[in-house]
Amino acid sequence: MNPPPDGRAPRASGVWRDALRRLGRSRAALGAASALAFLVVLAILGPHLNPNRYDAIDWSCIAMPPGLEHAHWWGTDALGRDLFVRTLLGTRISLAVGLLATLVSLLVGIVYGAVAGYAGGSVDHLMMRVIEILAGLPLIFFVILLTVVFGRSEYLLFAAIGAIGWLTMARIVRGQTLAIREREFIQAAVATGAGPVRILFRHVVPNVIGPVIVYATLTVPQIILFESFLSFLGLGIQEPQASLGTLIASGASEMESAPWMLLIPSAVLAILLISFHLLGDALRDALDVGDL
Amino acid sequence: MSTVRPVVTLGRRMPLIRYLLFRVLGAIPTLLAIVTISFFLIRFAPAGPFDRARALPADVVANLDAAYGLDRPLWQQYTSYLRDLAHGDFGPSFRYKDFSVTELIREGFPVSATLGAIAIAIALVGGVGVGVVAALNHGRFVDHATIGLSVVAIAVPSFVLLPALGLLFGIELHWLPVAGWDPTSIRDYVLPVTTLCLPPLAYIARLTRASMIEVMRSAYVRTAFAKGLPLRTIVLKHALRPALIPVASYLAPAVAMTMTGSLVVETIAGLPGIGRYLVQGALNRDYTLVLGMVIVYSTLLIAMGLVVDLLIAALDPRIRLEA
Repeated sequence: MNPPPDGRAPRASGVWRDALRRLGRSRAALGAASALAFLVVLAILGPHLNPNRYDAIDWSCIAMPPGLEHAHWWGTDALGRDLFVRTLLGTRISLAVGLLATLVSLLVGIVYGAVAGYAGGSVDHLMMRVIEILAGLPLIFFVILLTVVFGRSEYLLFAAIGAIGWLTMARIVRGQTLAIREREFIQAAVATGAGPVRILFRHVVPNVIGPVIVYATLTVPQIILFESFLSFLGLGIQEPQASLGTLIASGASEMESAPWMLLIPSAVLAILLISFHLLGDALRDALDVGDL
Repeated sequence: MSTVRPVVTLGRRMPLIRYLLFRVLGAIPTLLAIVTISFFLIRFAPAGPFDRARALPADVVANLDAAYGLDRPLWQQYTSYLRDLAHGDFGPSFRYKDFSVTELIREGFPVSATLGAIAIAIALVGGVGVGVVAALNHGRFVDHATIGLSVVAIAVPSFVLLPALGLLFGIELHWLPVAGWDPTSIRDYVLPVTTLCLPPLAYIARLTRASMIEVMRSAYVRTAFAKGLPLRTIVLKHALRPALIPVASYLAPAVAMTMTGSLVVETIAGLPGIGRYLVQGALNRDYTLVLGMVIVYSTLLIAMGLVVDLLIAALDPRIRLEA
């Protein structure tokens, strides 16, 4: 595209600019986005603000309640490890895991769904049949087998969870592609001699991206929750590393004597999940994609 | 994690009996594929059912393998498993000595299914009610409060919620038992059912709210208002039916998930259900038990998929059943 004569950047397309404006008007979206940004910055910088290490045991402060008069601002756990540093590190790992798995499920789901929807006919039928079969298997069964194979490599494990968690994404993309396939601009592209791969990635995928973004914002918290369930089973992140899930699981066993061990990571997880949900809801309204 | 989309589309009307026959027959290859994939996946996972921290003597392992038929070629084990399955026999459990998988599931399933069915029923009634109220107050305080609370209900893990409820109502207030199981005592149901039903209730409330807001904006609802019908009639007779379609789609995975039991809830509350068998079976390489659980889950899921499609066709008269 040629730049306009006065040298300004080309104008954003109408739909996206409208969506952005609607998003900016939503107080929930702005609140959620700033809460997320704050948590991300805190998770990255926070551990450096405090002198304690995530795996250092402070024998003089076992199970210390939170307070600003000592170095353990958010208290310590039952082993005397600093909860401020561990919670922020856990936030970092939970976010990384959630984003990684979502990204993988996005890539696989978009390609699979777009190919199925655009190919149509018996190819589509077969590909949807495969999804139906995979959806019939309980996810946890796959994941346990994956933990056996991948063992301690957490990131590989969660990439693998993303790689099997793409089913809904593929269904959404296929539905959108089916609707777009018959539109005039696709026929025009076919008429100009564009090949199927070019049509798929230049013309189909950019037009199904709205629902995909919305669904992705709702997938991140699902993966974070799923990780906390795996950690509860002892299959997720391993000691001395921490995720929000492992911190909550170990805090839950001390909730009577030391409630802060449960409350602090739970509060961070709740803020994280609520922000993602509110952002997803606001995006859904802004992009006007209906219910997913 | 995945929601099942309705496979019914606009098309020619088909007799119900033929439709049901088509769907049931069509489910058999799907189930067979699921059994086959699971059978070979669990077999190719490293380690076996008789591995212990201290290795057993080689001749003991050989005897065990022979007793359970593990010494035969894999494809022979597969075909004989399928043959037994066709006779309704899930085989012996590898870890629960002297129990067949059929016995384990027959004993535990009613417990998990009862709790799950009650939880889903409460979630459905409560979720739809809350969702409708929120939609009718769209943009007001009740609406915002519903959205906020529903996210919290979805976000709190069950392994936090159940111990917290137990601490409050069991240990502090002495109102309810923390754990234990007597099928005749309703008090034992309260805490596990509450924990089980909150996430689906919140999810159903959100789905209902979103689709109800859409429907209330539609032309025919405006017409109903213009005719001067009372709000109650408009909501119950005109708006609710189409608004329930997304809820119906969500029901199939939710029911399959909840009725096959929750590992967390059943372990913490000490309930004799089947929730732990899938995870334990997979971890212990209890081959037959895992496969039995996968079959129960996927059969329930496929059956619920059929029920949901019928439900959607009943809710939306424009949809015709089509195989």
